[in-house]
Order: sequence, then C-alpha cells, then structure tokens
Amino acid sequence: MENFTPLSALIGGIMIGISASVLLLATGRVAGISGIVGGLVPPVRSDALWRLLFLGGLVVGVLAWRAIRPGDVVLTFDASFPVIALGGLLVGLGTRIGGGCTSGHGICGIGRRSLRSLVATVTFMVAAGATVFAVRHVVGT
Amino acid sequence: MTVSGCFTALVSGLLFGLGLAVSHMVDPAKVLGFLDIAGNWDPSLAFVMGGALLVTVVAFPQVLGRGKPLQAASFVAPVKSAVDRRLVAGAATFGIGWGLVGLCPGPAIASLAFLRLESVVFLVAMVGGVALSKAFPGQPGGEVHRADA
Repeated sequence: MENFTPLSALIGGIMIGISASVLLLATGRVAGISGIVGGLVPPVRSDALWRLLFLGGLVVGVLAWRAIRPGDVVLTFDASFPVIALGGLLVGLGTRIGGGCTSGHGICGIGRRSLRSLVATVTFMVAAGATVFAVRHVVGT
Repeated sequence: MTVSGCFTALVSGLLFGLGLAVSHMVDPAKVLGFLDIAGNWDPSLAFVMGGALLVTVVAFPQVLGRGKPLQAASFVAPVKSAVDRRLVAGAATFGIGWGLVGLCPGPAIASLAFLRLESVVFLVAMVGGVALSKAFPGQPGGEVHRADA
C-alpha cells in the first residue's frame, strides 16, 4: 500500500459529509455535483446563483488549502488530452443518464438509504476499477 | 433560493472543496491509486467515502425527518426509486470515464484551483456530455419534493 493517508482522508471525508448535510438541512438540496452542474446546462435564471456559489466555493476551498499548506496537494495527470476529453464526455453523459456521481449517489444517495444509489455506486466503482485495470495492466500504458 | 440559502450553498461548497483538498481527492493520481487494485493499491478513497458516509448516514435521515429544510419550502431529491437499465448503463458509463482520467465532477471543478489545462479540457467535454445526455429521454432534472425516494 503506497501513499496511504488514512487520517487526512477520513478528515476530508467528514468535511464532505458535513458539507452535504448542511446543504440539505438549510436548502433542501442534495450535494450531488453532477446534478448541480446539470442544472446549469442550460442555466435557469432563478436557480443558477446557488449552483454557481456552491461550485465557486469548491474552487475557493481548494485555494484556501493551497494557501494554508502550500505544496501539500499536487495534481498528476496520467492520461493524454484526447483521453481526458473522452473521459470528461463519458463522465458528463453517464452521470446524467445514471442520475448522479460519487457525491450524489455515493455520499448523499447512500446517506438517504437509496437502493438506487447503492446499485449505482457499486456499478461505477466496478466499472472504474475495471477500466483502470484494463488501462494499466492489460494495455499497459 | 433565498439569500441565506445562497450563502449556505457558498459555505457548503467551501467546506466540500476544503475536504477534497485535505483528502487529496482533487488529485487524479490519488483516485486512480485507489481504483488500481492490482497495482500499488492506496485505500485512501475508501476512507474518504467512509468518513463522509459516517456523517450522512446518520445526518441525512435526521434532516429529512424534519419534514422541511430551514431555508426552503421543501426538499428537492430524486424521485425515481426503481433500479433500471438506465441507472446501470449511466453509472457504468460514468465509471469508465472516471477510471480513464481519475476525475469525477466535484474534483474536476475543484481542480480548477490549480489552473491546469487538463481540468478545463475535462470540464468542457463533461459539459458536452451533459448536453449530449439530453438526447436520451427520461433524464432526471424535473426533481420532485419527495424525501424518501
């Protein structure tokens, strides 16, 4: 096991859980980012601001951590630009058809005791794992 | 959405983004390290999900049990409850995309904080995928106010 960071992972996860719970309690909305983005494509006048503020908050939250602990987080991309574009397309398409993503189904849906979300989560985890296996150990890139 | 609701959305987003940064989930390599079970396996993502679920599994039923949110008229949650082909096909498609890059929607947006062209390319394509999904009928979007679906 390399790079295993259980404590920061747990703390970060708890922050995410609290964030989603606060959003639900206050606004009645699920912190499913694919859905929050989906509601901006196209934007609806009265409904767009909270979405933009939430998504903007995501970025500022990361900026804040970069200021607090410079160099702690570094981004490494393995995939080529065409593969990144393909991946993005499939993520956009699949999350809308499936009705959610890791936050919407995995964190919020399972929190709501949704069987649909549990099934979706297991499905995308298996699909993602199989994809990584194929790319790293079969094709060997 | 009320002014206070918008403020909460901002604060919630900040905390979510902070959580993504602290846990390193904004780094595709960290995510792929979890998904690469046959390689140098990094279980960290399981701890992130676990930490989040520790909170939501307890808090969500409590919150929903109130009957109504603090700053809005009702909860807005997905209405579908059946496990159907569309769900599985969509989730599988999403999973493949996620496995190819190591980014899902939240981290992808949050990663803009690093000003990487890769994030922009991913997000433009992702929005394209969202737009394309409209060609497939029966998408979620007209949410309903059932808290128990």
